Amino acid sequence: MWMYEKKLEYPVRVYKNDLGMAKYLLAQYGGPDSELSAAVRYLTQRYTMPTNKAKGLLTDIGTEEMAHWEIVATMIYKLVKGLPAQQLRKAGLGAYFAQHDRALYPADAAGVPWTAAYIQATGDPVADLTEDMAAEQKARTAYEHLIQLTDDPGIKDTLKFLREREVVHFQRFGEALNDVQAMMAAKKYY
Amino acid sequence: MNNMPALLKEIQALEFTAVDLNLYLDTHPQDQAALRYFYTVRDELLNHIQAFEQKYGPLTAAGDARTDCWQWVECPWPWEIEYD
Repeated sequence: MWMYEKKLEYPVRVYKNDLGMAKYLLAQYGGPDSELSAAVRYLTQRYTMPTNKAKGLLTDIGTEEMAHWEIVATMIYKLVKGLPAQQLRKAGLGAYFAQHDRALYPADAAGVPWTAAYIQATGDPVADLTEDMAAEQKARTAYEHLIQLTDDPGIKDTLKFLREREVVHFQRFGEALNDVQAMMAAKKYY
Repeated sequence: MNNMPALLKEIQALEFTAVDLNLYLDTHPQDQAALRYFYTVRDELLNHIQAFEQKYGPLTAAGDARTDCWQWVECPWPWEIEYD
Protein backbone atom coordinates (compact mmCIF):
# COMPACT_ATOMS: atom_id res chain seq x y z
CA MET A 1 0.00 0.00 0.00
CA TRP A 2 0.97 3.63 -0.11
CA MET A 3 0.39 6.41 2.42
CA TYR A 4 0.22 9.99 1.22
CA GLU A 5 2.44 12.56 2.85
CA LYS A 6 1.05 16.07 2.57
CA LYS A 7 4.24 17.78 1.48
CA LEU A 8 6.43 18.16 -1.61
CA GLU A 9 9.78 16.38 -1.69
CA TYR A 10 11.36 19.71 -2.69
CA PRO A 11 9.91 23.25 -2.56
CA VAL A 12 8.45 24.81 -5.71
CA ARG A 13 8.88 28.56 -6.15
CA VAL A 14 7.65 30.55 -9.14
CA TYR A 15 8.98 34.12 -9.33
CA LYS A 16 8.18 35.16 -12.89
CA ASN A 17 5.19 35.00 -15.19
CA ASP A 18 6.69 32.45 -17.60
CA LEU A 19 3.55 30.89 -19.02
CA GLY A 20 5.31 29.24 -21.98
CA MET A 21 7.25 27.19 -19.46
CA ALA A 22 4.03 25.57 -18.21
CA LYS A 23 3.60 24.09 -21.68
CA TYR A 24 7.20 22.84 -21.90
CA LEU A 25 7.05 21.32 -18.41
CA LEU A 26 4.25 19.03 -19.63
CA ALA A 27 7.09 17.03 -21.27
CA GLN A 28 8.07 15.78 -17.81
CA TYR A 29 4.47 15.49 -16.59
CA GLY A 30 2.89 13.35 -19.34
CA GLY A 31 5.59 12.82 -21.98
CA PRO A 32 7.52 9.64 -22.92
CA ASP A 33 10.34 10.24 -20.41
CA SER A 34 8.07 11.90 -17.84
CA GLU A 35 7.94 11.26 -14.11
CA LEU A 36 4.64 9.44 -14.69
CA SER A 37 6.32 7.02 -17.11
CA ALA A 38 9.13 6.49 -14.62
CA ALA A 39 6.77 5.72 -11.71
CA VAL A 40 4.60 3.29 -13.70
CA ARG A 41 7.66 1.64 -15.31
CA TYR A 42 9.48 0.90 -12.03
CA LEU A 43 6.42 0.00 -9.98
CA THR A 44 5.38 -2.43 -12.75
CA GLN A 45 8.78 -4.05 -13.24
CA ARG A 46 9.52 -4.67 -9.55
CA TYR A 47 7.35 -7.80 -9.18
CA THR A 48 9.52 -9.98 -11.41
CA MET A 49 12.96 -8.86 -10.17
CA PRO A 50 15.13 -11.79 -9.04
CA THR A 51 17.00 -10.03 -6.19
CA ASN A 52 15.69 -8.36 -3.05
CA LYS A 53 17.94 -5.37 -3.74
CA ALA A 54 16.29 -4.80 -7.14
CA LYS A 55 12.76 -5.28 -5.72
CA GLY A 56 13.51 -2.73 -2.99
CA LEU A 57 15.19 -0.25 -5.30
CA LEU A 58 12.40 -0.30 -7.93
CA THR A 59 9.78 0.12 -5.18
CA ASP A 60 11.62 3.05 -3.59
CA ILE A 61 12.63 4.85 -6.79
CA GLY A 62 9.12 4.29 -8.23
CA THR A 63 7.71 5.91 -5.10
CA GLU A 64 10.13 8.85 -5.36
CA GLU A 65 9.06 9.33 -9.01
CA MET A 66 5.47 9.84 -7.83
CA ALA A 67 6.78 12.63 -5.59
CA HIS A 68 8.57 14.12 -8.62
CA TRP A 69 5.36 13.88 -10.65
CA GLU A 70 3.68 15.95 -7.93
CA ILE A 71 6.53 18.51 -8.04
CA VAL A 72 6.19 18.94 -11.83
CA ALA A 73 2.40 19.24 -11.46
CA THR A 74 2.87 21.91 -8.79
CA MET A 75 5.16 23.96 -11.06
CA ILE A 76 2.57 23.86 -13.87
CA TYR A 77 -0.30 24.58 -11.45
CA LYS A 78 1.48 27.64 -10.06
CA LEU A 79 2.49 28.93 -13.50
CA VAL A 80 -1.07 28.91 -14.92
CA LYS A 81 -2.93 29.79 -11.71
CA GLY A 82 -5.34 32.68 -12.06
CA LEU A 83 -4.27 33.66 -15.59
CA PRO A 84 -7.00 34.47 -18.11
CA ALA A 85 -7.72 32.15 -21.07
CA GLN A 86 -6.51 34.77 -23.57
CA GLN A 87 -3.07 34.81 -21.98
CA LEU A 88 -2.92 31.01 -22.01
CA ARG A 89 -3.81 31.13 -25.70
CA LYS A 90 -0.94 33.55 -26.44
CA ALA A 91 1.48 31.16 -24.72
CA GLY A 92 0.40 28.29 -26.98
CA LEU A 93 -1.90 26.71 -24.40
CA GLY A 94 -5.20 27.54 -26.19
CA ALA A 95 -5.83 23.96 -27.34
CA TYR A 96 -4.93 22.64 -23.89
CA PHE A 97 -7.30 25.14 -22.23
CA ALA A 98 -10.14 24.20 -24.61
CA GLN A 99 -9.96 20.57 -23.51
CA HIS A 100 -8.68 20.75 -19.92
CA ASP A 101 -8.96 24.34 -18.62
CA ARG A 102 -6.22 24.53 -15.93
CA ALA A 103 -6.55 20.86 -14.91
CA LEU A 104 -3.39 18.75 -14.72
CA TYR A 105 -4.08 16.31 -17.58
CA PRO A 106 -1.19 13.91 -18.35
CA ALA A 107 -0.22 14.91 -21.87
CA ASP A 108 3.16 15.94 -23.30
CA ALA A 109 4.29 19.42 -24.37
CA ALA A 110 2.70 18.87 -27.81
CA GLY A 111 -0.63 17.73 -26.32
CA VAL A 112 -0.16 13.98 -26.93
CA PRO A 113 -1.84 12.04 -24.10
CA TRP A 114 0.30 9.79 -21.89
CA THR A 115 0.29 6.11 -22.90
CA ALA A 116 1.65 2.88 -21.40
CA ALA A 117 3.34 2.36 -24.79
CA TYR A 118 6.09 4.66 -23.42
CA ILE A 119 7.25 1.93 -21.04
CA GLN A 120 8.23 -1.75 -21.06
CA ALA A 121 8.15 -4.59 -18.56
CA THR A 122 9.79 -7.64 -20.14
CA GLY A 123 10.17 -9.95 -17.14
CA ASP A 124 13.89 -10.02 -17.97
CA PRO A 125 15.75 -8.17 -15.20
CA VAL A 126 18.74 -7.26 -17.37
CA ALA A 127 16.50 -5.84 -20.12
CA ASP A 128 14.30 -3.98 -17.61
CA LEU A 129 17.14 -2.48 -15.55
CA THR A 130 18.96 -1.44 -18.73
CA GLU A 131 15.78 0.32 -19.91
CA ASP A 132 15.57 2.02 -16.51
CA MET A 133 19.13 3.34 -16.80
CA ALA A 134 18.38 4.71 -20.28
CA ALA A 135 15.14 6.26 -18.99
CA GLU A 136 17.03 8.11 -16.25
CA GLN A 137 19.49 9.51 -18.81
CA LYS A 138 16.64 10.62 -21.09
CA ALA A 139 14.94 12.36 -18.17
CA ARG A 140 18.26 13.98 -17.18
CA THR A 141 18.72 15.46 -20.65
CA ALA A 142 15.06 16.58 -20.76
CA TYR A 143 15.63 18.52 -17.52
CA GLU A 144 18.77 20.10 -18.99
CA HIS A 145 16.68 21.26 -21.98
CA LEU A 146 14.00 22.65 -19.66
CA ILE A 147 16.59 24.51 -17.53
CA GLN A 148 17.80 26.25 -20.72
CA LEU A 149 14.23 27.29 -21.60
CA THR A 150 13.56 29.47 -18.54
CA ASP A 151 15.23 32.31 -16.65
CA ASP A 152 13.00 31.98 -13.57
CA PRO A 153 15.43 31.23 -10.71
CA GLY A 154 12.70 29.37 -8.77
CA ILE A 155 11.83 27.01 -11.63
CA LYS A 156 15.52 26.52 -12.45
CA ASP A 157 16.26 25.57 -8.83
CA THR A 158 13.55 22.89 -8.70
CA LEU A 159 14.53 21.54 -12.14
CA LYS A 160 18.16 21.26 -11.00
CA PHE A 161 17.02 19.17 -8.03
CA LEU A 162 15.02 16.86 -10.31
CA ARG A 163 17.93 16.59 -12.76
CA GLU A 164 20.27 15.53 -9.99
CA ARG A 165 17.87 12.83 -8.80
CA GLU A 166 17.98 11.25 -12.29
CA VAL A 167 21.77 11.00 -11.97
CA VAL A 168 21.49 9.30 -8.57
CA HIS A 169 18.80 6.89 -9.80
CA PHE A 170 20.97 5.97 -12.82
CA GLN A 171 23.84 5.18 -10.43
CA ARG A 172 21.65 3.00 -8.16
CA PHE A 173 20.10 1.11 -11.12
CA GLY A 174 23.62 0.39 -12.39
CA GLU A 175 24.51 -1.12 -9.00
CA ALA A 176 21.34 -3.23 -8.99
CA LEU A 177 22.12 -4.44 -12.53
CA ASN A 178 25.67 -5.46 -11.52
CA ASP A 179 24.21 -7.34 -8.57
CA VAL A 180 21.66 -9.17 -10.77
CA GLN A 181 24.36 -10.10 -13.30
CA ALA A 182 26.70 -11.36 -10.54
CA MET A 183 23.88 -13.56 -9.23
CA MET A 184 23.15 -14.92 -12.73
CA ALA A 185 26.86 -15.64 -13.33
CA ALA A 186 27.18 -17.42 -9.97
CA LYS A 187 24.25 -19.72 -10.80
CA LYS A 188 26.18 -21.24 -13.71
CA TYR A 189 28.57 -23.01 -11.33
CA TYR A 190 25.92 -25.11 -9.53
CA MET B 1 1.17 30.48 10.01
CA ASN B 2 4.19 32.57 8.89
CA ASN B 3 6.85 30.17 10.10
CA MET B 4 5.17 27.16 8.50
CA PRO B 5 7.07 27.08 5.16
CA ALA B 6 10.42 27.42 6.99
CA LEU B 7 9.67 24.50 9.32
CA LEU B 8 8.36 22.47 6.40
CA LYS B 9 11.64 23.10 4.55
CA GLU B 10 13.58 21.66 7.50
CA ILE B 11 11.45 18.53 7.28
CA GLN B 12 11.95 18.40 3.52
CA ALA B 13 15.73 18.59 3.98
CA LEU B 14 15.75 15.82 6.60
CA GLU B 15 13.39 13.59 4.68
CA PHE B 16 15.33 14.08 1.48
CA THR B 17 18.46 12.90 3.30
CA ALA B 18 16.53 9.84 4.50
CA VAL B 19 15.21 9.10 0.98
CA ASP B 20 18.67 9.35 -0.57
CA LEU B 21 20.20 7.13 2.13
CA ASN B 22 17.31 4.68 1.66
CA LEU B 23 18.21 4.24 -2.03
CA TYR B 24 21.92 3.92 -1.20
CA LEU B 25 21.16 1.28 1.45
CA ASP B 26 18.99 -0.66 -1.03
CA THR B 27 22.17 -1.47 -2.97
CA HIS B 28 24.62 -1.29 0.00
CA PRO B 29 22.65 -2.95 2.82
CA GLN B 30 25.79 -3.84 4.83
CA ASP B 31 27.26 -0.32 4.96
CA GLN B 32 27.39 0.28 8.74
CA ALA B 33 28.25 4.00 8.53
CA ALA B 34 25.30 4.63 6.17
CA LEU B 35 23.00 2.62 8.45
CA ARG B 36 24.01 4.68 11.49
CA TYR B 37 23.55 7.92 9.51
CA PHE B 38 20.12 6.77 8.32
CA TYR B 39 18.85 6.07 11.85
CA THR B 40 20.25 9.37 13.17
CA VAL B 41 18.45 11.30 10.41
CA ARG B 42 15.29 9.24 10.91
CA ASP B 43 15.12 10.09 14.63
CA GLU B 44 15.65 13.79 13.95
CA LEU B 45 13.03 13.68 11.18
CA LEU B 46 10.42 12.05 13.43
CA ASN B 47 11.01 14.70 16.11
CA HIS B 48 10.59 17.49 13.56
CA ILE B 49 7.41 15.93 12.13
CA GLN B 50 5.87 15.61 15.60
CA ALA B 51 6.64 19.26 16.43
CA PHE B 52 5.30 20.42 13.06
CA GLU B 53 2.08 18.42 13.27
CA GLN B 54 1.19 19.74 16.72
CA LYS B 55 1.51 23.31 15.41
CA TYR B 56 0.36 23.17 11.79
CA GLY B 57 -1.71 20.00 11.36
CA PRO B 58 -1.03 16.45 10.16
CA LEU B 59 1.40 15.55 7.36
CA THR B 60 -0.23 12.13 7.02
CA ALA B 61 -3.87 11.28 7.71
CA ALA B 62 -2.73 9.26 10.74
CA GLY B 63 -0.41 12.08 11.84
CA ASP B 64 -0.07 13.29 15.40
CA ALA B 65 -2.45 16.24 15.49
CA ARG B 66 -5.26 15.56 17.95
CA THR B 67 -7.76 18.36 17.70
CA ASP B 68 -11.52 18.70 17.68
CA CYS B 69 -11.76 18.83 13.91
CA TRP B 70 -10.33 16.81 11.02
CA GLN B 71 -7.41 19.10 10.17
CA TRP B 72 -6.20 16.80 7.37
CA VAL B 73 -8.47 18.55 4.87
CA GLU B 74 -8.21 22.02 6.39
CA CYS B 75 -4.51 22.90 6.31
CA PRO B 76 -3.00 23.86 2.92
CA TRP B 77 -2.28 21.27 0.22
CA PRO B 78 1.31 20.95 -1.09
CA TRP B 79 0.67 22.70 -4.40
CA GLU B 80 -0.92 25.68 -2.63
CA ILE B 81 1.95 26.50 -0.27
CA GLU B 82 4.00 29.63 -1.06
CA TYR B 83 7.65 29.13 -0.14
CA ASP B 84 10.02 32.05 0.58
